[in-house]
Amino acid sequence: MPPRTNHLGLSRNEYKGRPSTLCPGCGHDSISNQLISMAYELGLEQHKIIKVSGIGCSSKTPAYFLGGSHGFNALHGRMPSVVTGALLANTELECIAVSGDGDSGSIGMGQFKHVIRRNVPFIYIIENNGVYGLTKGQFSATADEGQFLKYYGTNHMPPIDLALEAVIAGATFVARSFSGDAKQVQTLLQAAVRHNGTAVLDIISPCVTFNNAETSTKSYPYGKDHEIPLHEIQILAPDYVAAKEEIEIEDYDEGDIIDVEMHDGSFLRLKKLDNDHDPRNKRMALDVLERSMREQIFSTGLIYYEEPRPTLAETEELVETPLAQLDEAQMRPSKAALDGLMRQLTI
Amino acid sequence: MAIHPQTESKIITREPVINDFAFSVATKNGSGSQTSNNVLVRSLFRMGIPVNGKNLFPSNIKGLPTWYTIRASKDGYTARKAVTEIVVAYNDATATEDVSNLPPGGVCITTDKIAKVIKQRDDISYYEIPVTKLMRQTKVPSAFRKLVENMTYVGAVAQLFDIPLELIYQVLLDNFKGREKPARMNHDIVELAYHWTAENIVKTDPYRFENMDGTRGKIMMTGNEAGALGAVFGGVNVVAWYPITPSTSFVDGVIAYRYLRQNDAKENTIAIVQAEDELAAAGIVVGAGWAGGRSLTSTSGPGISLMSEFAGLAYFAEIPAVFWNITRMGPSTGLPTRTSQGDLLFTHFLGHGDGRQICLMPGNLKEAFEFGWKSFDIAEALQTPVFVLSDLDLGMNNWLSDPFDYPDQPINRGKVLDADELQAFIDEHGKWGRYMDVDGDGIPYRTVPGTNHRFAGYFTRGTGHDEMATYSERSDDWIENMTRLRRKMDTARGLLPQPIVDADSDADIGIITFGTNDEAIREARNWLANDDIKTNYLRVKALPMAAAVTDFIDQHKSVFVIENNFDGQLTQLIRLEHPENISHVRSLALGDGLPMTPTWIYENLKLQEG
Repeated sequence: MPPRTNHLGLSRNEYKGRPSTLCPGCGHDSISNQLISMAYELGLEQHKIIKVSGIGCSSKTPAYFLGGSHGFNALHGRMPSVVTGALLANTELECIAVSGDGDSGSIGMGQFKHVIRRNVPFIYIIENNGVYGLTKGQFSATADEGQFLKYYGTNHMPPIDLALEAVIAGATFVARSFSGDAKQVQTLLQAAVRHNGTAVLDIISPCVTFNNAETSTKSYPYGKDHEIPLHEIQILAPDYVAAKEEIEIEDYDEGDIIDVEMHDGSFLRLKKLDNDHDPRNKRMALDVLERSMREQIFSTGLIYYEEPRPTLAETEELVETPLAQLDEAQMRPSKAALDGLMRQLTI
Repeated sequence: MAIHPQTESKIITREPVINDFAFSVATKNGSGSQTSNNVLVRSLFRMGIPVNGKNLFPSNIKGLPTWYTIRASKDGYTARKAVTEIVVAYNDATATEDVSNLPPGGVCITTDKIAKVIKQRDDISYYEIPVTKLMRQTKVPSAFRKLVENMTYVGAVAQLFDIPLELIYQVLLDNFKGREKPARMNHDIVELAYHWTAENIVKTDPYRFENMDGTRGKIMMTGNEAGALGAVFGGVNVVAWYPITPSTSFVDGVIAYRYLRQNDAKENTIAIVQAEDELAAAGIVVGAGWAGGRSLTSTSGPGISLMSEFAGLAYFAEIPAVFWNITRMGPSTGLPTRTSQGDLLFTHFLGHGDGRQICLMPGNLKEAFEFGWKSFDIAEALQTPVFVLSDLDLGMNNWLSDPFDYPDQPINRGKVLDADELQAFIDEHGKWGRYMDVDGDGIPYRTVPGTNHRFAGYFTRGTGHDEMATYSERSDDWIENMTRLRRKMDTARGLLPQPIVDADSDADIGIITFGTNDEAIREARNWLANDDIKTNYLRVKALPMAAAVTDFIDQHKSVFVIENNFDGQLTQLIRLEHPENISHVRSLALGDGLPMTPTWIYENLKLQEG
């Protein structure tokens, strides 16, 4: 039987990258898998995608998905600036960027905040495991206060919550998820692709080697037992929108449904679970994150969403043609222009 | 070897001196003297007198002493003079020292207040301007009074040395972009002081300006503006920067000339991002260069330090981008508003591990413009970062120049494969790998993101890789890659701008330099020639150095390497590249924070040569 293909006629295999060299069972590999599925399911064209990362275990992963796309494994903590430059040079590119909690929460905190402030439109995934893997098990800035690790003892510093930082910096799409919750990661990725602004996904992604004890809030056992999704999320693609009203609302009251219209005309349908969270409300988003951090509640889902403000390229008022594809006439003013200017300057 | 500091002998004269003397204007920073000084320089320029203005300013917004030197030279010399015949002593804090620096027969123009407190000399002319009294006669609103007070010396200078009042008004109008109100307000003061001087001061000095024909067809601007204009003509499309003296006005220049590249709908073809720091600025230009843009950042030493990790990445991953280093005095914060050529070695070897960075060193305005556009062609042809090493002297001071030449070559995007070319490459070579050297020049073929071909994508990384851009820690892959990078740098030697050589076969002495010392050396060589000391000259314009440098060293019995840094960095580089037979190469290195003077070169070269 021939393999299943998407609307481009490509099989899922064609969205894969090289084999992963991360530890077997690493949470990051599940996220790479969801990225492959997302691109396959949506039939994304790989040549229009760039993959950019910083340095660290998480930042190795762009080699393991979308082998047909250009990838750039850049510098520790500096992925956001590279993305900014690339997307200014070519506004037709879509960018999937991968970072880690050390990459974004420590060395790259400045770039993390500033890329959000400029609203560069891309998917900013933080594969958050609370620990430095490649250097063998130091605490990261997202590790819980009081947490114990074998070689480094007890962590006495309070954690930095990167989703909270993203909301404060002005991100218009902020989600938290768990790499063990494949379905939710998949849905959030499909939503993030549709967002025309910086979409931050803080995904708790356990490190099976250095930080997977049951007592760690970044572990598989903890995540599986404690994850509390804020909503059930469903994406209604643009073609379904016409029929939106007819989609059955199963067992929910209408008041428990939040529909968020996305940039491409599709809708995110959030079905409330055991809480009143409305991601369109910034105060509520901050409260949920603050309380989750304080009481160690593992709330996941779309934490915050707002209609995106202009992207950086829009603010720059650039021509429609990608700058990287300008022709000579657009890149070099005429000889008459130079001579005219020179005449103005002479006596 | 003993090097004398920059001083000058003091010569007394009573003969009329026309269009061949220098001013030093001493004021307090932030007192509005920039406008006054600019007006004087521009007025002389419009009188047809070759002139330069050099701003020797402190790292300060308001209050600290600042000096501006203006040199008029009928013979067209525009290097700085350490001793000026005339001082405008408008700063009480430095007046005593300013006056003591004057040569016998010099002139001091000062305020009546300052004149009371400074020690008087009997061998110079004093002209006291009653600034407070004059300002009381004006209708200038008190809020502006302090800012236009310096126009009193413009008026006095105009009267004493014959600059037409009407010309000063025209220059003021230009300065205020045609707005009459501020031009008129300033000119009222100039006029007042002009007439007061005419009625109350008896001129006892021999100095005078006269109209001549030495600047017709010339332009005057700063090197930062010239470089920025060049970049606009070079197709720059992504600019990222972080403010730092003395490079800030470079990006101001791009902003000012961006209109030349807008379409009819006033949409931009140049994105300009003020980054959060120089690290991010470097990341943005590297990201843009990788994605097929023409990207540029402009910075100075401390910023270059922060950019070093990205510079190493771009070198190793082979990404084009242009970095302007408007050099100021280091180490560390150093002398942040003083000129230097002290980043030569640091920039050439920027980044950890092995490797060389391409450097271009403009020596004048025309080259600043030329390297402004050419740097992109070089960066893309070689797929590597290009550093343009300018300095504060060229970057921020007004220089005289012939008008710029339109680029004589079409834009060169280098070896970039589109989808069809990629297929043709694969058909010819069986495969395409990002780092395959099929031409033998060390330069591979690249694709940019967005290329619609299933094999166009590759993975860019700063880690070890083979020619297919695949991760590799194998020693043989590493050595092969580094060997190819070295081959690429050797290709660069022939492709980069070649040195300027002015050699006459019978001279035994060769002078080598780079950058902005050019004018001072030209003048010093003429003085030496008058003493029957013949010299040949080579100015290096790019690193890695061209083969012509070796030939020049071999052809002379005695070679002096003249540069404006403390350690003699070009000399060190020459010693590194030419380990044999260079005992005849000597270093004349300065590095005192000031533009080099011909006197310093003349005296030290004679001293060394014996």
